[in-house]
Amino acid sequence: MNAIKNAPSVDSTDLADDEPVWIASTAARRYRIIVTSLRVLLLIVIIGGWELGARIGWIDAFFFGQPTAIVQQIWTWITQGTAQGPLWQQIAVTLEEAVIGFLIGVVLGVVFGVALGRSRLLADILSPYIKVANSIPRIVLGSIFAISLGLGIGSKIALAVVLVFFIVFFNAFQGVREVDRNLIANARILGANSRQLATEIIIPSALSWIIASLHTSFSFALVGAVVGEYLGALKGLGLLISTAQNTFNANGVFAAMVILAAISLTAEAIITALENRLIRWRPNTITDVSI
Amino acid sequence: MPDIPTDPAIQLRGVYKRFRTPTGSAYTALRNLNISVQPGEFCAVVGPTGCGKSTTLALIAGLEPASAGEVLLMGQPVKGIDARIGYMFQTDAIFPWKNVLQNVAAGPLFRGMSKTEAIERAGDWISRVGLSGFEYYYPHQLSGGMRKRVALAQTLITGPQILLMDEPFSALDVQTRALMEDELLALWASTSASVVFVTHDLEEAIALADRVCVLTAGPATVKGIYTIDLPRPRQVAEIRFAPRFVQLYQEIWGALRDEVMVSYERDKKRTIS
Repeated sequence: MNAIKNAPSVDSTDLADDEPVWIASTAARRYRIIVTSLRVLLLIVIIGGWELGARIGWIDAFFFGQPTAIVQQIWTWITQGTAQGPLWQQIAVTLEEAVIGFLIGVVLGVVFGVALGRSRLLADILSPYIKVANSIPRIVLGSIFAISLGLGIGSKIALAVVLVFFIVFFNAFQGVREVDRNLIANARILGANSRQLATEIIIPSALSWIIASLHTSFSFALVGAVVGEYLGALKGLGLLISTAQNTFNANGVFAAMVILAAISLTAEAIITALENRLIRWRPNTITDVSI
Repeated sequence: MPDIPTDPAIQLRGVYKRFRTPTGSAYTALRNLNISVQPGEFCAVVGPTGCGKSTTLALIAGLEPASAGEVLLMGQPVKGIDARIGYMFQTDAIFPWKNVLQNVAAGPLFRGMSKTEAIERAGDWISRVGLSGFEYYYPHQLSGGMRKRVALAQTLITGPQILLMDEPFSALDVQTRALMEDELLALWASTSASVVFVTHDLEEAIALADRVCVLTAGPATVKGIYTIDLPRPRQVAEIRFAPRFVQLYQEIWGALRDEVMVSYERDKKRTIS
């Protein structure tokens, strides 16, 4: 207890040692302030320029929209609902399709990736088919799903699954292939059986690859859901965009885009939090360069 | 050598190992290799870089099959990975996603020990290698020497009768390395394990071992076996100054030098062509 009580006085005599740290922290803070203010300035210039251009007449607001009108459009949707029902309902439908498609795609991608990464025979048999399937522009499959699965959420989920699967699959496959051979040899000598090898060595090792793929794949799930709705739906943000396009409502298209961006960013934040929880063991040297 | 009634702990008889290179041709790593290690003996294997020392360990561990010849453990032929073996790798092979405690407890847990017992034994081994207080650190938070201590505890906790070490300390700085070598000798003295310690450093080999086995430049075969009659317990940092140490060093270096030159000339030719 005494040692703890004495600690502050010991620190205060070492004040000179703290000085460089203090200088470094103010420099870092100043840098952060500069970055933040320039970011805000850039936003003001772009949005303000757009608004000003539209008002002066340099930009045709009918075709390219206008920031204040976009905000107004979102407000109208919130307060009075959209032509196809309340706004929250459209968001909920699109989100449901994207999340279900994302989860199914991730599970399938991980299962197939680990299986093919572990079994050379399986990988050799299936690799040409996977390459062909991957080279097809898969968005086109949306039309097939719309025909076969109808206008409900099934066709959108299917499209999201197809888009997500390949991203996760290739990352999981690569992750399993990249597992350090020494770690596997070490685990086997320590007595790991093949189930323990998979759950305690291979999957944890591939996890950083798999989670890296989740960042991009959720946006793809959202793309799948929206494009699916665009191709034919009764509800959803994609339908909102398609309706806005058909009535030459540029502000409507932009307004839906803003909502989608907000959803995407929220999902990204959740995945980053998940990543930090699951990969605590990794040295966090790369967090600085993330954008 | 006098006849000993018990079987040697490790015996390699006329062992060959060939690999297929990526270009499709065959490469012979080991040629008619004969080594035997008695129970409780510390045997160092030295040879020029890339001569097949690690391959020898892989054969004993059962990670790779021999192309010809016999590999025997306690008189029984090796069939796959044997539970009596402990293996320490040249590079870090502890699991980066497990903390120190989980890493050390991994072996007993893999082998079906109950969690509480494994954790208890791991804690004991962690204090034996001097890492008490670091139980919940992850490998990336530790220094190179501390990671080697974790690897040592992880290997020794399973109580191996045969300990295979593949240049385990080659990545450490000289001072840390001497400390780790002393640590290893102290821990080994409390067990009855036979050790095969692969290194390219002759000083390390003489300081640690009962016998030093010099291999030729690849394909490797035994060039000579030297008995190290230095008294134990040894202090690695000091024994290098003993007159007998210097004498042994000169004798063995004479044999090793030629092989190092062969390997060096070969490498030079390969880089030129």
